[in-house]
Amino acid sequence: MSLRVLVGCKRVIDYAVKIRVKPDKTGVVTDGVKHSMNPFDEIAVEEAVRMKERKIASEVIAVSCGPSTSQETLRTALAMGADKAIHVEVDPKDYSNMQPIHVSKILAKLAKDEKIDVVIVGKQAIDDDANQTAQMTAAFLDWPQATFASKIEKDGDHLKVTREVDGGLETIKVKLPAVISSDLRLNEPRYATLPNIMKAKKKPIDKKKPVDLGVDLSPKIEVISVEDPPVREAGAKVKDVDELLAKLKELGRI
Amino acid sequence: MNSRLLRKQLSKLFELRRNLKLNNREKSQNVAFKEALSPFATMIDTVNGLTKEQCELRSAVRQFMEKELPQQKVQEIDKKGVFDEFRSFWQKLGTMGLLGVTAPAKYGGLDLGYFEHTLVMEEISRVCGAIALSFGAHSNLCVNQFVLNGSEEQKERYLPKLISGEFIGSLAMSEVNAGSDVTSMKLRAERKGDYFVLNGSKFWITNGSEADVIFTYAKTSENGITAFAVEKEMEGFSVGRCLDKLGMRGSPTAELIFEDCKVPAKNVIGEVNKGVYVLMRGLDYERLVLAGGPLGIMQMACDQTFEYVHQRHQFKAPVGTFQLVQGKMADMFTRLSACRAYLYNVARAIDKYNDEYSQAVGTTAFTKYCAGTILYVAENCTQVTLDAIQLLGGNGYTNDYIVARLLRDAKLYEIGAGTSEMRRWLIGRELNKEYLNR
Repeated sequence: MSLRVLVGCKRVIDYAVKIRVKPDKTGVVTDGVKHSMNPFDEIAVEEAVRMKERKIASEVIAVSCGPSTSQETLRTALAMGADKAIHVEVDPKDYSNMQPIHVSKILAKLAKDEKIDVVIVGKQAIDDDANQTAQMTAAFLDWPQATFASKIEKDGDHLKVTREVDGGLETIKVKLPAVISSDLRLNEPRYATLPNIMKAKKKPIDKKKPVDLGVDLSPKIEVISVEDPPVREAGAKVKDVDELLAKLKELGRI
Repeated sequence: MNSRLLRKQLSKLFELRRNLKLNNREKSQNVAFKEALSPFATMIDTVNGLTKEQCELRSAVRQFMEKELPQQKVQEIDKKGVFDEFRSFWQKLGTMGLLGVTAPAKYGGLDLGYFEHTLVMEEISRVCGAIALSFGAHSNLCVNQFVLNGSEEQKERYLPKLISGEFIGSLAMSEVNAGSDVTSMKLRAERKGDYFVLNGSKFWITNGSEADVIFTYAKTSENGITAFAVEKEMEGFSVGRCLDKLGMRGSPTAELIFEDCKVPAKNVIGEVNKGVYVLMRGLDYERLVLAGGPLGIMQMACDQTFEYVHQRHQFKAPVGTFQLVQGKMADMFTRLSACRAYLYNVARAIDKYNDEYSQAVGTTAFTKYCAGTILYVAENCTQVTLDAIQLLGGNGYTNDYIVARLLRDAKLYEIGAGTSEMRRWLIGRELNKEYLNR
């Protein structure tokens, strides 16, 4: 049995960019700022492509929700080896209120429509750090979930997934179809090579709208304020352990 | 928590911290390098009117180079004078698709223009001047010369391997006593049946010691030069000594020796005795693409310097805010911007109008522009890297900081692929022609 894989790719502010908060505190500055694919999603795409190379998967479909610029992210996924892409077009105004629950509903609907066997997404996006999409997608589909995967193996009709948990590694077996979220050590994503970037331009990108998928984008959460983290106050240096203990006692901490 | 246990754990922490500090100190002593791109980096492509595809190309090459060749490694290569992983790195360049920018897609090339080739050269050079020089020798001097002059059979035989990185390519023109006066070369090729027998030597050959195939020029009559594809396994071919250079130290430069070297007649490129046209035909493109080298070095010099003068404080202010330093920064930035505008402009024109001139024999209307570009960019690059050292002061003069390497690498471009003097001579001659032939 060859699997059809759906991979979520979010366009986020590049990890190397210094984030600036908007003066009106409604969010962060995104205009004119370098964006790239969420690094955890890159790992998800890489894993899907490797599954295809190992003949476990038959087709890899990348999906991204957002304004037209999200297509750049999909092109990257296509250049890495995804077969086709779906762009769920969200206008910039709605996009600023879009939350994991909306994305999960969209992914769940697409997974049904495209007869998907495995959905892989990054464990979290580096912009909102929500870590919810995989879990909620699994819930909407009523499929098993394997989150924080650091290894994925095919085991008959199941997938054997090694998960990174607090105490070490946990290995679980999930029935297909299933939803997986990728952790940092699952793999090291390849580059999109130039010949592949050029080939990717010819691969198809389907366009869909949230309404077509029956998803209502009205926000469930209201953002009250976005602020910079507090500036760290200067500490004090101590010579040795004795002085440290004395200081801590003085402060009443021990 | 009982205080004994707490004390024990804290002591451990202290020790850990101390070790960490020591480790970091060791690391930072190796190479002082600022990873950050200059804040004006994103404006460069806008100001120069790059297309979306060209911007993507630049960022793809930049990402690739920064990941595959971190400055720590580049400094190591510079110190050692050898890049041990040269061959495996070449395969990575090949996989990335960079080795045949101007070659047709059917041989694995990208089928792009000289502008894109120059852009790739610039980005590689920004990270490592030496590897960029080898890249230029391979992808332009060797690959592009095959594309322009090779027979269909020769292209099929060599291009796919050169473009995938399986083969390393080189071009052999200069000799000990034939540098600027290249047509005075002494390497002789005599026809014997199905073979040519080559005797003599070549000198200052970039990639010479690593190359699998060498685009070689030899005398086949008193005034006739012929181009040959020489393979390293051919009988009578050997590599002489490798040169210990001031800069470009990771780029192998060698002497090549031909002792009754047997080269099959089917390896003649173009026509016998017509090699000088093959040679001249490649020179404009060579000057153009190689000019991307000093441009990339200059960009790195500015990136490093501007960041440094904002971290270095004297008299309680960043040194970048002092007027004399500001003046130097402005000069560096302006030189860089002028060089880039000049080079990009000529490269775009070549891509646009090249078809009208590509079959021309000898120099074309573009010759003085191509020579002018590399002359101007190379000399400004040396000046900008000197300024960079000046602004980094005592640190700039050490090999802990990369700007010292940038200066040593930069100087090559005033000498290699034609000296500044020969470039001026050529531009003057081309200008005079237009007046004398009125």
